[in-house]
Amino acid sequence: MAERGVPADLATRSLLPRALATRRCLWLALALGLASAGFLLWQLQGPVGIILGLRLSKLAALVVVGSAAGAATLIFQTVIGNQLLTPNLMGLDALYVFLQTGLVFVLGGVGYAAIGPGWSFVMNAGVLLGVVLGIFRVFLRGGVRDVTRVVLSGVVLGLLLRGMTELMGRLIDPSEFSIVQQAVVASFGRVDRAELMVAAVALILALGLAWRMAPALDVAGLGRPVARGLGLDHDRLVQRALMLVVVLVAVATALVGPLMFLGLLASSLTRFLVPTHRHALLIPAAAMTGALILVAGQFVFERLMGQQSALEVVVEFFGGLVFLALVLRRRRA
Amino acid sequence: MIELANLSYQAGETPILQDVSVAVPRGGITALIGANGAGKSTLLHCMAGLNRPATGAVAIDGADPFAMADRARARLVALLQQSPSIVARLSVADLVGFGRWPHHGGREAAEDRAIVAEALAAFELGGLAGRSLETLSGGQRQRALVAMVWAQSAPWLLLDEPLNALDPRHAHDLMARLHGLSRPEPEGAVGRSVVLVVHDINAAARWADHVVALRDGRVHAAGPCDEVLTPDCLHEVFGLRFDVIRHEGRPVVIPG
Repeated sequence: MAERGVPADLATRSLLPRALATRRCLWLALALGLASAGFLLWQLQGPVGIILGLRLSKLAALVVVGSAAGAATLIFQTVIGNQLLTPNLMGLDALYVFLQTGLVFVLGGVGYAAIGPGWSFVMNAGVLLGVVLGIFRVFLRGGVRDVTRVVLSGVVLGLLLRGMTELMGRLIDPSEFSIVQQAVVASFGRVDRAELMVAAVALILALGLAWRMAPALDVAGLGRPVARGLGLDHDRLVQRALMLVVVLVAVATALVGPLMFLGLLASSLTRFLVPTHRHALLIPAAAMTGALILVAGQFVFERLMGQQSALEVVVEFFGGLVFLALVLRRRRA
Repeated sequence: MIELANLSYQAGETPILQDVSVAVPRGGITALIGANGAGKSTLLHCMAGLNRPATGAVAIDGADPFAMADRARARLVALLQQSPSIVARLSVADLVGFGRWPHHGGREAAEDRAIVAEALAAFELGGLAGRSLETLSGGQRQRALVAMVWAQSAPWLLLDEPLNALDPRHAHDLMARLHGLSRPEPEGAVGRSVVLVVHDINAAARWADHVVALRDGRVHAAGPCDEVLTPDCLHEVFGLRFDVIRHEGRPVVIPG
Protein backbone atom coordinates (compact mmCIF):
# COMPACT_ATOMS: atom_id res chain seq x y z
CA MET A 1 0.00 0.00 0.00
CA ALA A 2 2.88 2.36 0.69
CA GLU A 3 3.98 5.01 -1.80
CA ARG A 4 7.62 5.58 -2.60
CA GLY A 5 9.49 8.88 -2.11
CA VAL A 6 7.66 10.95 0.48
CA PRO A 7 7.69 14.68 -0.47
CA ALA A 8 8.99 16.86 2.37
CA ASP A 9 5.92 19.13 2.41
CA LEU A 10 3.32 16.34 2.41
CA ALA A 11 2.27 16.86 6.01
CA THR A 12 1.70 20.60 5.62
CA ARG A 13 -0.70 20.56 2.64
CA SER A 14 -3.66 22.41 4.13
CA LEU A 15 -6.64 23.81 2.22
CA LEU A 16 -5.16 27.21 3.00
CA PRO A 17 -1.47 27.10 4.00
CA ARG A 18 -0.74 28.66 7.37
CA ALA A 19 1.41 31.45 5.88
CA LEU A 20 -1.36 32.43 3.45
CA ALA A 21 -3.99 32.33 6.22
CA THR A 22 -1.78 34.58 8.36
CA ARG A 23 -1.38 36.98 5.43
CA ARG A 24 -5.16 37.16 4.99
CA CYS A 25 -5.53 37.97 8.69
CA LEU A 26 -3.04 40.80 8.19
CA TRP A 27 -5.09 42.08 5.23
CA LEU A 28 -8.16 42.05 7.47
CA ALA A 29 -6.26 44.02 10.12
CA LEU A 30 -5.17 46.52 7.48
CA ALA A 31 -8.73 46.91 6.17
CA LEU A 32 -10.00 47.44 9.73
CA GLY A 33 -7.27 50.04 10.30
CA LEU A 34 -8.19 51.91 7.12
CA ALA A 35 -11.93 51.80 7.87
CA SER A 36 -11.25 53.06 11.40
CA ALA A 37 -9.05 55.90 10.10
CA GLY A 38 -11.74 56.83 7.57
CA PHE A 39 -14.43 56.77 10.26
CA LEU A 40 -12.36 58.99 12.57
CA LEU A 41 -10.88 61.47 10.14
CA TRP A 42 -13.31 61.82 7.19
CA GLN A 43 -14.72 65.36 7.00
CA LEU A 44 -13.29 66.26 10.39
CA GLN A 45 -14.28 69.90 10.85
CA GLY A 46 -15.13 72.29 13.70
CA PRO A 47 -13.97 71.59 17.28
CA VAL A 48 -11.63 68.73 16.34
CA GLY A 49 -10.90 67.59 19.92
CA ILE A 50 -14.55 67.18 20.89
CA ILE A 51 -15.64 65.56 17.62
CA LEU A 52 -12.66 63.22 17.61
CA GLY A 53 -13.46 62.19 21.20
CA LEU A 54 -17.07 61.39 20.27
CA ARG A 55 -16.04 59.53 17.15
CA LEU A 56 -13.41 57.59 19.12
CA SER A 57 -16.04 56.42 21.65
CA LYS A 58 -18.34 55.31 18.87
CA LEU A 59 -15.48 53.58 17.03
CA ALA A 60 -14.50 51.73 20.21
CA ALA A 61 -18.12 50.61 20.68
CA LEU A 62 -18.29 49.37 17.09
CA VAL A 63 -15.02 47.45 17.46
CA VAL A 64 -15.94 45.93 20.83
CA VAL A 65 -19.41 44.81 19.72
CA GLY A 66 -18.28 43.57 16.28
CA SER A 67 -15.31 41.66 17.73
CA ALA A 68 -17.38 40.10 20.50
CA ALA A 69 -20.15 38.99 18.13
CA GLY A 70 -17.75 37.60 15.49
CA ALA A 71 -15.50 35.67 17.89
CA ALA A 72 -18.41 34.42 20.04
CA THR A 73 -20.31 33.03 17.04
CA LEU A 74 -17.27 31.33 15.56
CA ILE A 75 -16.38 29.60 18.86
CA PHE A 76 -20.03 28.69 19.43
CA GLN A 77 -20.31 27.07 15.99
CA THR A 78 -17.15 25.03 16.58
CA VAL A 79 -18.26 23.56 19.91
CA ILE A 80 -21.85 23.01 18.72
CA GLY A 81 -20.61 21.47 15.47
CA ASN A 82 -23.02 23.50 13.36
CA GLN A 83 -22.08 26.50 11.22
CA LEU A 84 -25.69 27.68 10.86
CA LEU A 85 -26.27 28.53 14.49
CA THR A 86 -25.55 31.71 16.40
CA PRO A 87 -25.43 32.12 20.19
CA ASN A 88 -28.14 34.78 19.89
CA LEU A 89 -30.55 31.93 19.18
CA MET A 90 -30.19 30.99 22.84
CA GLY A 91 -32.65 33.68 23.81
CA LEU A 92 -30.26 36.41 24.92
CA ASP A 93 -31.83 38.99 22.62
CA ALA A 94 -35.33 38.12 23.77
CA LEU A 95 -34.19 38.28 27.39
CA TYR A 96 -32.66 41.73 26.84
CA VAL A 97 -35.87 43.04 25.26
CA PHE A 98 -37.93 41.43 28.03
CA LEU A 99 -35.75 43.08 30.68
CA GLN A 100 -36.10 46.57 29.20
CA THR A 101 -39.85 46.17 28.70
CA GLY A 102 -40.25 44.76 32.21
CA LEU A 103 -38.33 47.65 33.75
CA VAL A 104 -40.44 50.25 31.95
CA PHE A 105 -43.58 48.30 32.89
CA VAL A 106 -42.63 48.17 36.59
CA LEU A 107 -40.77 51.46 37.10
CA GLY A 108 -42.44 53.59 34.45
CA GLY A 109 -40.57 55.71 31.89
CA VAL A 110 -39.19 58.15 34.47
CA GLY A 111 -38.03 55.39 36.80
CA TYR A 112 -36.38 53.54 33.88
CA ALA A 113 -34.50 56.68 32.82
CA ALA A 114 -33.36 57.22 36.43
CA ILE A 115 -31.44 53.91 36.52
CA GLY A 116 -28.56 55.53 34.66
CA PRO A 117 -26.40 53.99 31.95
CA GLY A 118 -23.70 52.44 34.20
CA TRP A 119 -26.13 50.56 36.45
CA SER A 120 -28.27 49.61 33.49
CA PHE A 121 -25.26 47.98 31.79
CA VAL A 122 -24.18 46.12 34.93
CA MET A 123 -27.72 44.89 35.54
CA ASN A 124 -28.32 43.84 31.93
CA ALA A 125 -24.99 42.03 31.62
CA GLY A 126 -25.47 40.42 35.04
CA VAL A 127 -28.98 39.13 34.32
CA LEU A 128 -28.04 37.86 30.84
CA LEU A 129 -25.02 36.04 32.25
CA GLY A 130 -26.94 34.70 35.23
CA VAL A 131 -29.81 33.28 33.20
CA VAL A 132 -27.63 31.53 30.61
CA LEU A 133 -25.26 30.17 33.25
CA GLY A 134 -28.37 28.89 35.04
CA ILE A 135 -29.44 27.08 31.86
CA PHE A 136 -25.97 25.55 31.57
CA ARG A 137 -26.10 24.47 35.21
CA VAL A 138 -29.35 22.66 34.68
CA PHE A 139 -28.65 21.09 31.30
CA LEU A 140 -24.90 20.51 31.34
CA ARG A 141 -24.79 18.83 34.73
CA GLY A 142 -24.44 15.36 33.27
CA GLY A 143 -21.78 16.38 30.77
CA VAL A 144 -22.08 17.89 27.31
CA ARG A 145 -23.62 14.85 25.63
CA ASP A 146 -26.17 16.87 23.79
CA VAL A 147 -25.44 20.56 23.48
CA THR A 148 -28.44 20.82 21.16
CA ARG A 149 -30.63 20.46 24.24
CA VAL A 150 -29.06 23.60 25.70
CA VAL A 151 -29.60 25.53 22.47
CA LEU A 152 -33.20 24.35 22.16
CA SER A 153 -33.95 25.28 25.76
CA GLY A 154 -32.59 28.77 24.93
CA VAL A 155 -34.81 28.96 21.84
CA VAL A 156 -37.88 27.94 23.86
CA LEU A 157 -36.97 30.43 26.59
CA GLY A 158 -36.70 33.11 23.89
CA LEU A 159 -40.18 32.30 22.57
CA LEU A 160 -41.64 32.39 26.07
CA LEU A 161 -39.99 35.74 26.82
CA ARG A 162 -41.16 37.22 23.51
CA GLY A 163 -44.73 36.27 24.37
CA MET A 164 -44.45 37.87 27.81
CA THR A 165 -42.80 40.96 26.33
CA GLU A 166 -45.65 41.35 23.88
CA LEU A 167 -48.19 41.08 26.69
CA MET A 168 -46.41 43.76 28.73
CA GLY A 169 -46.11 45.92 25.61
CA ARG A 170 -49.91 45.90 25.28
CA LEU A 171 -50.35 46.89 28.92
CA ILE A 172 -47.81 49.75 28.91
CA ASP A 173 -48.90 53.33 28.40
CA PRO A 174 -48.39 54.22 24.68
CA SER A 175 -46.06 57.15 25.51
CA GLU A 176 -43.89 54.85 27.61
CA PHE A 177 -43.95 52.15 24.96
CA SER A 178 -41.93 54.48 22.73
CA ILE A 179 -39.19 54.41 25.41
CA VAL A 180 -39.18 50.62 25.19
CA GLN A 181 -38.95 50.74 21.41
CA GLN A 182 -35.98 53.10 21.60
CA ALA A 183 -34.23 50.93 24.20
CA VAL A 184 -34.56 47.61 22.38
CA VAL A 185 -33.12 48.65 19.01
CA ALA A 186 -29.35 48.29 18.83
CA SER A 187 -27.72 51.71 18.86
CA PHE A 188 -24.09 52.80 18.90
CA GLY A 189 -24.98 56.43 19.46
CA ARG A 190 -25.74 56.22 23.18
CA VAL A 191 -22.79 54.23 24.57
CA ASP A 192 -21.47 55.31 27.96
CA ARG A 193 -17.66 55.51 28.24
CA ALA A 194 -17.46 53.72 31.59
CA GLU A 195 -19.58 50.86 30.19
CA LEU A 196 -17.33 50.77 27.17
CA MET A 197 -14.25 50.39 29.36
CA VAL A 198 -15.80 47.46 31.25
CA ALA A 199 -16.91 45.85 27.99
CA ALA A 200 -13.47 46.33 26.41
CA VAL A 201 -11.69 44.73 29.38
CA ALA A 202 -14.16 41.79 29.34
CA LEU A 203 -13.64 41.41 25.57
CA ILE A 204 -9.84 41.40 25.83
CA LEU A 205 -9.85 38.87 28.67
CA ALA A 206 -12.36 36.60 26.90
CA LEU A 207 -10.50 36.77 23.57
CA GLY A 208 -7.19 36.04 25.33
CA LEU A 209 -8.67 32.97 27.03
CA ALA A 210 -10.29 31.85 23.78
CA TRP A 211 -6.99 32.21 21.93
CA ARG A 212 -5.29 30.02 24.54
CA MET A 213 -7.97 27.39 23.89
CA ALA A 214 -7.37 27.57 20.12
CA PRO A 215 -5.45 24.26 19.67
CA ALA A 216 -8.10 22.40 21.68
CA LEU A 217 -10.87 24.08 19.65
CA ASP A 218 -9.15 22.79 16.48
CA VAL A 219 -9.55 19.25 17.82
CA ALA A 220 -13.11 19.94 19.02
CA GLY A 221 -13.93 20.81 15.38
CA LEU A 222 -13.57 17.09 14.59
CA GLY A 223 -16.65 16.37 16.70
CA ARG A 224 -16.97 14.84 20.16
CA PRO A 225 -16.26 11.16 19.34
CA VAL A 226 -13.02 11.77 17.40
CA ALA A 227 -11.87 14.54 19.74
CA ARG A 228 -12.26 12.29 22.78
CA GLY A 229 -10.36 9.53 21.00
CA LEU A 230 -7.50 11.97 20.48
CA GLY A 231 -7.37 12.72 24.20
CA LEU A 232 -9.39 15.93 24.41
CA ASP A 233 -11.59 16.45 27.47
CA HIS A 234 -14.35 17.59 25.13
CA ASP A 235 -17.06 18.14 27.74
CA ARG A 236 -14.84 20.41 29.82
CA LEU A 237 -13.72 22.37 26.76
CA VAL A 238 -17.32 22.89 25.61
CA GLN A 239 -18.36 24.14 29.04
CA ARG A 240 -15.48 26.62 29.18
CA ALA A 241 -15.98 27.77 25.58
CA LEU A 242 -19.71 28.32 26.14
CA MET A 243 -18.94 30.44 29.22
CA LEU A 244 -16.71 32.65 27.10
CA VAL A 245 -19.35 32.86 24.38
CA VAL A 246 -21.97 33.95 26.90
CA VAL A 247 -19.67 36.61 28.38
CA LEU A 248 -18.93 38.00 24.89
CA VAL A 249 -22.56 38.05 23.75
CA ALA A 250 -23.91 39.37 27.06
CA VAL A 251 -21.40 42.24 27.10
CA ALA A 252 -22.11 43.20 23.48
CA THR A 253 -25.89 43.01 23.95
CA ALA A 254 -25.84 44.96 27.22
CA LEU A 255 -23.69 47.63 25.58
CA VAL A 256 -25.72 48.47 22.45
CA GLY A 257 -28.75 46.20 22.36
CA PRO A 258 -29.56 43.07 20.38
CA LEU A 259 -27.93 42.30 17.02
CA MET A 260 -29.22 38.90 16.00
CA PHE A 261 -27.33 38.17 12.79
CA LEU A 262 -24.10 40.20 13.07
CA GLY A 263 -22.16 37.23 14.49
CA LEU A 264 -23.44 34.87 11.81
CA LEU A 265 -22.50 37.34 9.09
CA ALA A 266 -19.01 37.80 10.58
CA SER A 267 -18.28 34.09 11.11
CA SER A 268 -19.55 33.12 7.64
CA LEU A 269 -17.41 35.80 6.01
CA THR A 270 -14.42 34.71 8.09
CA ARG A 271 -14.74 31.08 7.05
CA PHE A 272 -14.99 32.25 3.43
CA LEU A 273 -12.01 34.64 3.61
CA VAL A 274 -9.76 32.51 5.84
CA PRO A 275 -10.76 28.88 5.14
CA THR A 276 -8.59 27.21 7.76
CA HIS A 277 -9.37 24.97 10.73
CA ARG A 278 -6.82 26.76 12.94
CA HIS A 279 -8.63 28.73 15.63
CA ALA A 280 -5.46 30.64 16.52
CA LEU A 281 -6.12 32.43 13.20
CA LEU A 282 -9.90 32.04 12.97
CA ILE A 283 -10.70 33.71 16.31
CA PRO A 284 -8.81 36.96 15.64
CA ALA A 285 -10.02 36.89 12.02
CA ALA A 286 -13.67 36.58 13.13
CA ALA A 287 -13.19 39.38 15.69
CA MET A 288 -11.66 41.64 13.03
CA THR A 289 -14.33 40.75 10.45
CA GLY A 290 -17.12 41.57 12.92
CA ALA A 291 -15.47 44.88 13.75
CA LEU A 292 -14.80 45.61 10.07
CA ILE A 293 -18.46 45.04 9.11
CA LEU A 294 -19.62 47.56 11.71
CA VAL A 295 -16.87 50.17 11.24
CA ALA A 296 -16.91 50.09 7.43
CA GLY A 297 -20.72 50.00 7.41
CA GLN A 298 -20.99 52.90 9.83
CA PHE A 299 -18.41 54.85 7.81
CA VAL A 300 -20.42 54.38 4.62
CA PHE A 301 -23.81 55.13 6.17
CA GLU A 302 -22.81 57.94 8.54
CA ARG A 303 -20.01 59.70 6.68
CA LEU A 304 -20.77 59.06 3.01
CA MET A 305 -24.58 58.82 3.05
CA GLY A 306 -25.39 60.99 6.05
CA GLN A 307 -27.61 58.31 7.67
CA GLN A 308 -27.43 57.97 11.45
CA SER A 309 -29.13 54.71 12.30
CA ALA A 310 -29.40 52.61 9.15
CA LEU A 311 -26.45 50.29 9.91
CA GLU A 312 -28.16 48.05 12.48
CA VAL A 313 -31.04 47.45 10.08
CA VAL A 314 -28.73 46.72 7.13
CA VAL A 315 -26.53 44.34 9.19
CA GLU A 316 -29.59 42.41 10.30
CA PHE A 317 -30.91 42.34 6.73
CA PHE A 318 -27.68 41.01 5.20
CA GLY A 319 -27.12 38.68 8.18
CA GLY A 320 -30.57 37.20 7.61
CA LEU A 321 -29.82 36.77 3.89
CA VAL A 322 -26.54 35.00 4.69
CA PHE A 323 -28.41 32.68 7.07
CA LEU A 324 -30.92 31.79 4.36
CA ALA A 325 -28.13 31.30 1.80
CA LEU A 326 -26.30 28.94 4.17
CA VAL A 327 -29.47 26.92 4.78
CA LEU A 328 -30.17 26.65 1.05
CA ARG A 329 -26.55 25.72 0.26
CA ARG A 330 -26.66 22.98 2.89
CA ARG A 331 -29.93 21.64 1.46
CA ARG A 332 -28.36 21.45 -2.00
CA ALA A 333 -25.27 19.71 -0.57
CA MET B 1 -2.60 -6.91 27.76
CA ILE B 2 -6.09 -5.40 27.91
CA GLU B 3 -8.05 -7.06 30.68
CA LEU B 4 -11.77 -6.64 31.19
CA ALA B 5 -13.12 -8.08 34.43
CA ASN B 6 -16.87 -8.59 35.05
CA LEU B 7 -17.62 -5.56 32.93
CA SER B 8 -21.18 -4.36 32.43
CA TYR B 9 -22.27 -1.32 30.47
CA GLN B 10 -25.69 0.13 29.90
CA ALA B 11 -27.02 2.95 27.74
CA GLY B 12 -29.67 4.54 29.91
CA GLU B 13 -31.73 1.62 31.18
CA THR B 14 -30.72 -0.74 28.35
CA PRO B 15 -27.96 -3.21 29.17
CA ILE B 16 -25.45 -3.40 26.31
CA LEU B 17 -22.67 -5.49 27.87
CA GLN B 18 -23.17 -7.94 30.72
CA ASP B 19 -20.49 -9.49 32.89
CA VAL B 20 -17.81 -9.42 30.19
CA SER B 21 -14.47 -10.87 31.24
CA VAL B 22 -11.84 -11.22 28.56
CA ALA B 23 -8.09 -10.75 28.18
CA VAL B 24 -6.69 -9.43 24.90
CA PRO B 25 -3.01 -10.41 24.56
CA ARG B 26 -0.27 -7.92 23.68
CA GLY B 27 0.89 -8.15 20.06
CA GLY B 28 -0.99 -9.72 17.18
CA ILE B 29 -4.47 -9.08 15.84
CA THR B 30 -7.62 -9.73 17.84
CA ALA B 31 -10.95 -9.64 15.99
CA LEU B 32 -14.26 -8.87 17.67
CA ILE B 33 -17.11 -10.56 15.86
CA GLY B 34 -20.82 -10.82 16.52
CA ALA B 35 -24.23 -10.00 15.12
CA ASN B 36 -25.50 -6.41 14.86
CA GLY B 37 -26.21 -5.02 18.31
CA ALA B 38 -24.07 -7.64 20.07
CA GLY B 39 -22.05 -4.86 21.76
CA LYS B 40 -18.81 -4.95 19.74
CA SER B 41 -18.38 -1.17 19.30
CA THR B 42 -19.38 -0.55 22.91
CA LEU B 43 -16.81 -3.09 24.07
CA LEU B 44 -14.15 -1.41 21.91
CA HIS B 45 -14.99 1.98 23.46
CA CYS B 46 -14.75 0.46 26.96
CA MET B 47 -11.34 -0.97 26.06
CA ALA B 48 -10.28 2.49 24.84
CA GLY B 49 -11.26 4.05 28.16
CA LEU B 50 -14.02 6.14 26.54
CA ASN B 51 -17.11 4.27 27.79
CA ARG B 52 -17.04 4.03 31.56
CA PRO B 53 -18.62 0.70 32.58
CA ALA B 54 -21.41 0.55 35.15
CA THR B 55 -19.58 -2.25 36.94
CA GLY B 56 -16.31 -4.10 36.45
CA ALA B 57 -12.82 -2.96 35.58
CA VAL B 58 -10.64 -2.25 32.55
CA ALA B 59 -6.85 -2.45 32.63
CA ILE B 60 -4.58 -1.59 29.71
CA ASP B 61 -1.09 -2.95 30.30
CA GLY B 62 -1.97 -2.90 33.99
CA ALA B 63 -3.16 0.73 34.02
CA ASP B 64 -6.71 1.99 34.57
CA PRO B 65 -7.53 4.08 31.45
CA PHE B 66 -10.22 6.01 33.35
CA ALA B 67 -7.63 7.19 35.87
CA MET B 68 -5.18 8.39 33.20
CA ALA B 69 -4.82 11.90 31.79
CA ASP B 70 -6.74 12.11 28.50
CA ARG B 71 -3.76 12.71 26.25
CA ALA B 72 -1.66 10.06 28.00
CA ARG B 73 -4.50 7.59 27.36
CA ALA B 74 -4.62 8.61 23.69
CA ARG B 75 -0.87 7.96 23.41
CA LEU B 76 -1.47 4.43 24.72
CA VAL B 77 -4.67 3.59 22.79
CA ALA B 78 -5.67 4.90 19.36
CA LEU B 79 -9.31 4.39 18.41
CA LEU B 80 -10.78 4.48 14.92
CA GLN B 81 -14.43 5.49 15.25
CA GLN B 82 -17.10 4.08 13.00
CA SER B 83 -17.99 6.63 10.26
CA PRO B 84 -17.52 9.79 12.33
CA SER B 85 -19.18 12.97 11.09
CA ILE B 86 -16.60 15.75 10.71
CA VAL B 87 -17.97 19.20 9.88
CA ALA B 88 -14.67 21.13 9.97
CA ARG B 89 -13.22 21.95 6.54
CA LEU B 90 -9.96 20.03 6.47
CA SER B 91 -7.44 18.70 4.02
CA VAL B 92 -6.42 15.06 4.26
CA ALA B 93 -3.00 16.13 5.60
CA ASP B 94 -4.69 18.27 8.27
CA LEU B 95 -6.83 15.33 9.39
CA VAL B 96 -3.91 12.91 9.56
CA GLY B 97 -1.93 15.61 11.39
CA PHE B 98 -4.48 15.53 14.22
CA GLY B 99 -3.21 12.03 14.99
CA ARG B 100 -0.15 13.70 16.51
CA TRP B 101 -2.21 15.94 18.84
CA PRO B 102 -1.92 13.60 21.87
CA HIS B 103 1.86 13.99 21.52
CA HIS B 104 2.29 17.73 20.84
CA GLY B 105 -0.95 19.25 22.18
CA GLY B 106 -0.96 21.90 19.46
CA ARG B 107 2.76 22.62 19.04
CA GLU B 108 3.83 20.27 16.29
CA ALA B 109 7.52 19.55 15.72
CA ALA B 110 9.47 18.31 12.69
CA GLU B 111 9.20 14.76 14.03
CA ASP B 112 5.40 15.01 14.03
CA ARG B 113 5.37 16.23 10.44
CA ALA B 114 7.67 13.36 9.42
CA ILE B 115 5.33 10.79 11.00
CA VAL B 116 2.31 12.38 9.31
CA ALA B 117 4.07 12.29 5.94
CA GLU B 118 4.95 8.65 6.57
CA ALA B 119 1.32 7.82 7.41
CA LEU B 120 0.07 9.62 4.28
CA ALA B 121 2.50 7.68 2.12
CA ALA B 122 1.74 4.38 3.88
CA PHE B 123 -1.93 4.64 2.98
CA GLU B 124 -1.39 5.96 -0.57
CA LEU B 125 -2.75 9.37 0.38
CA GLY B 126 0.20 11.40 -0.92
CA GLY B 127 -1.70 12.54 -4.01
CA LEU B 128 -4.71 13.47 -1.89
CA ALA B 129 -2.84 15.25 0.92
CA GLY B 130 -4.06 18.72 -0.06
CA ARG B 131 -7.61 17.63 -0.99
CA SER B 132 -10.61 18.62 1.11
CA LEU B 133 -12.20 15.76 3.05
CA GLU B 134 -15.55 16.77 1.55
CA THR B 135 -14.36 15.76 -1.92
CA LEU B 136 -13.19 12.24 -1.00
CA SER B 137 -14.98 8.97 -1.70
CA GLY B 138 -16.04 6.82 1.24
CA GLY B 139 -13.03 4.53 0.85
CA GLN B 140 -10.53 7.41 0.55
CA ARG B 141 -12.01 9.03 3.62
CA GLN B 142 -11.78 5.76 5.54
CA ARG B 143 -8.09 5.44 4.60
CA ALA B 144 -7.50 9.02 5.77
CA LEU B 145 -9.13 8.22 9.13
CA VAL B 146 -7.07 5.03 9.51
CA ALA B 147 -3.92 7.04 8.66
CA MET B 148 -4.82 9.54 11.40
CA VAL B 149 -5.14 6.75 13.96
CA TRP B 150 -1.92 5.25 12.63
CA ALA B 151 -0.11 8.56 13.13
CA GLN B 152 -1.08 8.43 16.80
CA SER B 153 1.79 5.90 17.17
CA ALA B 154 -0.02 4.18 20.05
CA PRO B 155 1.00 0.64 21.04
CA TRP B 156 -2.70 -0.34 21.00
CA LEU B 157 -4.75 0.20 17.83
CA LEU B 158 -8.50 -0.25 18.31
CA LEU B 159 -10.33 -0.12 15.00
CA ASP B 160 -14.11 -0.11 14.65
CA GLU B 161 -14.93 -1.59 11.25
CA PRO B 162 -11.76 -0.38 9.49
CA LEU B 163 -12.69 -2.19 6.28
CA ASN B 164 -15.85 -0.11 5.81
CA ALA B 165 -16.07 1.26 2.25
CA LEU B 166 -12.66 -0.15 1.27
CA ASP B 167 -12.35 -1.97 -2.05
CA PRO B 168 -10.86 -5.51 -1.93
CA ARG B 169 -7.31 -4.36 -2.72
CA HIS B 170 -7.24 -1.57 -0.13
CA ALA B 171 -8.93 -3.86 2.43
CA HIS B 172 -6.27 -6.52 1.78
CA ASP B 173 -3.45 -3.97 1.91
CA LEU B 174 -4.73 -2.51 5.17
CA MET B 175 -5.02 -5.92 6.82
CA ALA B 176 -1.58 -6.94 5.54
CA ARG B 177 -0.13 -3.72 6.95
CA LEU B 178 -1.81 -4.23 10.31
CA HIS B 179 -0.60 -7.82 10.33
CA GLY B 180 2.99 -6.75 9.64
CA LEU B 181 2.79 -4.05 12.29
CA SER B 182 1.53 -6.49 14.91
CA ARG B 183 4.35 -9.01 14.43
CA PRO B 184 7.32 -9.04 16.84
CA GLU B 185 10.04 -6.63 15.77
CA PRO B 186 13.52 -7.90 14.72
CA GLU B 187 15.04 -6.76 18.02
CA GLY B 188 12.56 -8.99 19.83
CA ALA B 189 10.23 -6.15 20.90
CA VAL B 190 6.50 -6.89 20.83
CA GLY B 191 4.76 -5.41 17.80
CA ARG B 192 1.74 -3.13 18.04
CA SER B 193 -1.46 -4.73 19.29
CA VAL B 194 -4.48 -4.49 17.03
CA VAL B 195 -8.08 -5.06 18.10
CA LEU B 196 -10.66 -4.68 15.39
CA VAL B 197 -14.37 -5.05 14.87
CA VAL B 198 -15.08 -6.82 11.57
CA HIS B 199 -18.20 -8.07 9.86
CA ASP B 200 -16.18 -9.88 7.20
CA ILE B 201 -15.59 -13.19 9.00
CA ASN B 202 -13.10 -14.26 6.35
CA ALA B 203 -10.98 -11.19 7.03
CA ALA B 204 -10.89 -12.29 10.67
CA ALA B 205 -10.18 -15.89 9.60
CA ARG B 206 -7.37 -14.79 7.29
CA TRP B 207 -5.58 -12.28 9.51
CA ALA B 208 -6.58 -12.54 13.18
CA ASP B 209 -4.54 -14.38 15.79
CA HIS B 210 -7.37 -14.29 18.31
CA VAL B 211 -11.10 -13.94 18.01
CA VAL B 212 -13.63 -12.77 20.59
CA ALA B 213 -17.21 -13.66 19.63
CA LEU B 214 -19.96 -11.63 21.29
CA ARG B 215 -23.58 -12.62 21.57
CA ASP B 216 -26.26 -10.46 23.24
CA GLY B 217 -23.71 -8.39 25.15
CA ARG B 218 -21.79 -11.37 26.53
CA VAL B 219 -18.60 -13.10 25.47
CA HIS B 220 -19.73 -16.30 23.79
CA ALA B 221 -16.28 -17.58 22.88
CA ALA B 222 -12.73 -16.24 22.93
CA GLY B 223 -9.45 -17.76 21.93
CA PRO B 224 -7.22 -18.62 18.99
CA CYS B 225 -8.82 -18.21 15.58
CA ASP B 226 -9.15 -21.94 14.89
CA GLU B 227 -10.93 -22.58 18.19
CA VAL B 228 -13.55 -19.87 17.78
CA LEU B 229 -14.30 -19.98 14.06
CA THR B 230 -16.01 -23.35 14.10
CA PRO B 231 -19.38 -24.10 12.42
CA ASP B 232 -21.13 -24.61 15.76
CA CYS B 233 -19.78 -21.45 17.38
CA LEU B 234 -20.57 -19.32 14.31
CA HIS B 235 -24.08 -20.76 14.17
CA GLU B 236 -24.65 -19.89 17.83
CA VAL B 237 -23.31 -16.37 17.38
CA PHE B 238 -24.97 -15.43 14.09
CA GLY B 239 -27.94 -17.83 13.91
CA LEU B 240 -26.79 -18.98 10.47
CA ARG B 241 -25.14 -22.19 9.30
CA PHE B 242 -21.53 -21.88 8.09
CA ASP B 243 -19.12 -24.35 6.54
CA VAL B 244 -15.52 -23.93 7.57
CA ILE B 245 -12.86 -25.25 5.20
CA ARG B 246 -9.12 -24.75 5.29
CA HIS B 247 -7.02 -22.95 2.70
CA GLU B 248 -3.26 -22.51 3.04
CA GLY B 249 -3.49 -23.43 6.71
CA ARG B 250 -6.16 -20.81 7.55
CA PRO B 251 -9.90 -21.30 8.01
CA VAL B 252 -12.24 -20.06 5.29
CA VAL B 253 -15.86 -19.52 6.26
CA ILE B 254 -18.66 -20.16 3.77
CA PRO B 255 -22.18 -19.15 4.78
CA GLY B 256 -24.99 -21.42 3.84
